[in-house]
Formats: sequence, structure tokens, C-alpha cells
Amino acid sequence: MSILIENISKHFGQFQALSPLSLDINEGEMIGLLGPSGSGKTTLLRIIAGLEGADTGRIQFGDRDVTNLHVRDRRVGFVFQNYALFRHMTVADNVAFGLEVLPRKERPSPTEIKNRVMHLLEMVQLEHLASRFPSQLSGGQKQRIALARALATQPEVLLLDEPFGALDAKVRKELRRWLRGLHDELGFTSVFVTHDQEEALELSDRVVVMSNGHIEQIDQPGALYASPNSRFVFDFLGNANVFEGKVENGKWQNQQASIALPNGTEQKDGQLYIRSHEFFVSTEPTAQANLPLRVIAINPIGAEVRLELTPIDWQSNDVWEIDLPHKAFDKNCFEKGQTLYVTPKAGYFFAHDAQQPVLLNWETEKTKLTEKS
Amino acid sequence: MSSSKTSSGQRHQLRVGDSPWVKGLLIGITLFLTAILLVVPLIAIFQQAFVEGAAHYFNSLIEADTLHAIGLTLVVAALTVPINLVFGVMLAWAVTRFEFPGRKILMTLMDIPFAVSPVVAGLLYLLLYGNNGWIGSWLYDQDIQLMFAWPGIVMVTVFVTCPFVARELIPLMQQQGREDEEAAVILGASGWQLFRRVTLPNIKWALIYGVILTNARAVGEFGAVSVVSGNIRGETNTLPLHVQLQYEDYQAAAAFASASLLAMIALLTLLLKAFIEWRQERSLKIEAEKERQVTQ
Repeated sequence: MSILIENISKHFGQFQALSPLSLDINEGEMIGLLGPSGSGKTTLLRIIAGLEGADTGRIQFGDRDVTNLHVRDRRVGFVFQNYALFRHMTVADNVAFGLEVLPRKERPSPTEIKNRVMHLLEMVQLEHLASRFPSQLSGGQKQRIALARALATQPEVLLLDEPFGALDAKVRKELRRWLRGLHDELGFTSVFVTHDQEEALELSDRVVVMSNGHIEQIDQPGALYASPNSRFVFDFLGNANVFEGKVENGKWQNQQASIALPNGTEQKDGQLYIRSHEFFVSTEPTAQANLPLRVIAINPIGAEVRLELTPIDWQSNDVWEIDLPHKAFDKNCFEKGQTLYVTPKAGYFFAHDAQQPVLLNWETEKTKLTEKS
Repeated sequence: MSSSKTSSGQRHQLRVGDSPWVKGLLIGITLFLTAILLVVPLIAIFQQAFVEGAAHYFNSLIEADTLHAIGLTLVVAALTVPINLVFGVMLAWAVTRFEFPGRKILMTLMDIPFAVSPVVAGLLYLLLYGNNGWIGSWLYDQDIQLMFAWPGIVMVTVFVTCPFVARELIPLMQQQGREDEEAAVILGASGWQLFRRVTLPNIKWALIYGVILTNARAVGEFGAVSVVSGNIRGETNTLPLHVQLQYEDYQAAAAFASASLLAMIALLTLLLKAFIEWRQERSLKIEAEKERQVTQ
């Protein structure tokens, strides 16, 4: 079922939790609401569910206007961050709850309910735990039961609040994949809230990035990563190093450091955002950039090695992070305390007066460099 | 692993204030004081009650006025407990589930019965509902008498015991939060289904505990009741008032016989309380045990 959100706003006392925002969700889509805490993502989810009322605006499920419909009658599935399983009921009773509270006329017979519950438990692969109590389950199991319970009434909309927040990394990854499979199989429309960019990018058809109660950007994960349209999205999607530069002689200067402007770039002061894997590392400055940095930490992370560096004789608000493939790292054998020079391959430039970034590419320069070496 | 190591390996290391001297002295004094302040008087009640023999004890209990006092006390408790049960649940629900202006003030106000002397509470009710009182004079015109009759006794008892249930429920309901209830409503539960199938099982033990405390206080209340009852023998005399009347009539043994009934109710309350605490603790322990099994 499609969901239409139109001009929804909400404030709690003096605090504007949501500025009027609109969002169109297609039938069968999986949408990730991504943002830091306080960005309004959970409030939006709760408004869609009907757990909070909006101050203004309208919500529609399919053709049905549900703005003034009570939570009970919206018939959505909702998975809480802490699962909210009923602790005094067995797993089977938890899953059966939504069916047992149906009005007598719609309620299936006890045997039918029993069969449906067993089927749901099979679906979440936990049929052997039917007579356990929630306190006897692990986090991942609780999460699956919460999902089975939410799906028992066959809702067409499934809402999940930080569904994997309380789980460890391995279980989280497993469940993520499993949820995506279930979504594709059953074809409901899902909206989930997360503050984990990796989760949002991996799981969603489209990601809605939120900050301070408004939507920053709505895009497919690939497009979002390739063209973030604001500083906020760039910062939030992570691992970007920021270089604050003033144009002098065709270069962005920051005290002793400099980066050459790629051909055809407008000569403006501003900030360069460069992702941690878009660099060459060398022991000497290159023709294109002179960015001296000191290595303060070396962390092998999975397929890459992450170097943490601080600027030497120039200013940056944050520690710089640079990811290198093991191969490149092993060849050079960098050490803590060593001085390195980095050269960006590609980046995004925000002029001081601009909201939208300009894509930078030193590809041509890069080719020349590789030819030289 | 590390915790078991510290407990066995460093057994001789004392915690702060844990010298054998201090420990022995504190425990000794506490036990001694408990004995003379609590246990000896309790035994004395029964000893005094039987001072003129068992036959006299039972005869004084089946005396008409005593029986009436017992009956009235039970009626008062039987009316007070359900009223405060419903009121306490409503109050706890209101302050833990809703945000409204004055919520904090309400939480403070509901402790008034604990803070105010019961005698003062009785006097206030007399002032309001007595025949010359603000509301009472109007009621008098309608031929309704509340004070110096059993309704007045129930009213002040309800007042005095009203915080018990809410006080037990509020911390628990605050800690449990409203997610369970939200989950139930999203799944389609009606208000009543939500309360009966989700809220009530969650607060069951705290509720029973609150009821026991309410009942104990309702049965034993003296101060407030004595102001509004009028002490009419065989009519408005509750058991605690009856004890006093008998004692003033120089019927010491009979007074202690009545008092022994109150003492027994108190002991029964303590037993129930201990049992419920044990039940609660056990269910927590079982849960913790199960959780440990799962994580292993």
C-alpha cells in the first residue's frame, strides 16, 4: 500500500520536532528514515503509525485518508526498538495477540489462530520456541518474534523503529538480510528508522535523510552516496575529510597546505569534502596537492587499513581519516608519527555562498601522475 | 569469572566499616531494640488477653458490641479497598501515561494523607460534612447524615488510605513505560482488552501489595475514625475504637482480647506481604536464571 505524507508538522511544547514535510512512498517500497537523534525521524514514524498526532497535514494509505483514524484502526505493523514483547505471555501468545483481540466477527477460530501462529513462527524460523517466555530469548530472537507479532494481522504497512539498534554487529547483519528477503517475499510497504548510514544504504530502496525536523534529501542509496546535495548529508553519510580553502593562484590555500583547482572550476573560496578512500598517499607533495599530515593511528578494518592523521601547519576541525587497501599499505609500511602527503582523486566543493556542491575530479591530473610515476 | 575470584581470593580483605566490632555491636543493638520495641508488646497483647483465662477471652469476643465492632470494621475495609483500588489505578495511570499541566503537583498532593495527621483529616471532614458544615448542612436538609454514621467512617478511611495503591504502582508503571500498551493498541486491542490483557498482568503483584497495605491501614485506623464516628456503642464503633472504650471501662482483659484480633490481622498482613515479596523475587530470579541460560 502506498503512503502519502503531506505537510506533516509537529511540535512538543516549544520544540519544533517536524517542520512541515511531505513524502511519497510507493507500494512495496522499503524506505529508510536516516538521521541523528533529534532529527524527527522517530516522530515521523510514530505519526505514520498514529501513535502521535500531527499538528498539521494529512496522511493517506493508498486511497484511504487516515489522518484522523485511531492507531487501532490503521492496521499497521509496528516493531519497537526494545521489541515491547508482552513479558507475561509465551512467544505463541505474543504472536497470537493481534488475532485474539480482533472483534468476534472477524476473529479466526482458535485452531485457525493456532495454525496461523505456527506458520508465522516457521516464517521467522523460531517454531521451536513457541512456549518460551520473552525473557528466555536472545535479542535477535526477540526481534524476530516482534516481527512475527507485527505481521500476524497481515498489515500492508510495516513500520520499524531502530529495528536492529540493540543487537550486536553479526546478528544485525544477518537479520537485515533476512528482513529484506521477507519484505521482497511478502510485498508489504516498509518504513524503518535508523541512525546507521550503512544500514540505511544497504536495506532501503530509497533513503530519506533528516535533520532538525526536515527532510534533507530523498534518494536511492547509490544516488545519495554519489551526489549528496548538502553539507549535512555529506557529513552524515560519513568519512568525509573537510578542507577549508581560499583561492590563490589557481589553488585552494590553507596556511601551508594547498590543493590545485581542477580545470574549469569556478574560482571561489569554500570547503572541499573528500571521502576517505579518494586519496593517493605519498611521502612527498605532488604537483596537484600539498597536504602534509602526521599519522596518529593505524587501524586495520576489514578489507582496508584506516589511517588517522592530523594536519601539519594548516587547519582542520577534525582528524583526517584515510582508507587504504592492504596492498597499498603493505607496500609503503607507514608508521605512527610519520609525515605523509595526500592527494585527492575526487571530491565535492561547497562554495561559501552555495547550498549545493560541485563535483570535482582530478581524473586527468591523476592520469598524468600515474604516467609520471 | 572475575567476581568469583575476588570473593574467594580476597576473603580477608574487609570493606569499609566492616570491622567485626562494629558489625557485632550494630547487629546486637538492632536486635535488642527490635525485641523491646516490637516483639515484647506484641506478646504482651496476647498475654494480657488471656490473663483471665481462655473462656473469658472467647466470651468477651462474642459479646454483641464486640461482634458489631468487628462487623463494622470489616464492612469499612470491604468498601474502602475497592474504592481505593480503582482510584489508585486511575491515579497511577493518569500520572504515568499522560502529560498534563499540574501532573507534578498532583503527585505531591496525593501524599497529603501521609503527611497530615489523621485527626486533622477527621476534623476537616467534620467541618465539611458535619450537620453545621458547608456541604453537611445542605445534606442535612436532604435528610442525609454522613458524620457520626458509617458513611463518614468509610469516607475518612478512604482518605487516609488513598495513597497506598498509587504509591506502589507509580514507580513500577514508570519503569515499565508505555511501549507494551502502544504495542497492544497497534495490534488492535480495545481499551479494556489493553488493560485486562497487558497492563493488569504487568502490575499484578504491585497491585496486590497495595491492596494489602490499604486493607491493613483501613482495619487499624483510629485517629480520623474516632473524630467522625461519635463512638456510639453497637452502632458506629469500629474495632480500634472499641478497644479504647473497653479499656476506659476497666475491662482490660476484654480490651486486650479485641486488640489481639487487630494484632492477628496485622500478623496475617505481614505474612501475606512476605509471601508476595518472595513470589516477586522468585519470578525475578527465575527470569534472571533463564536469561543466563540463553546467553550461555
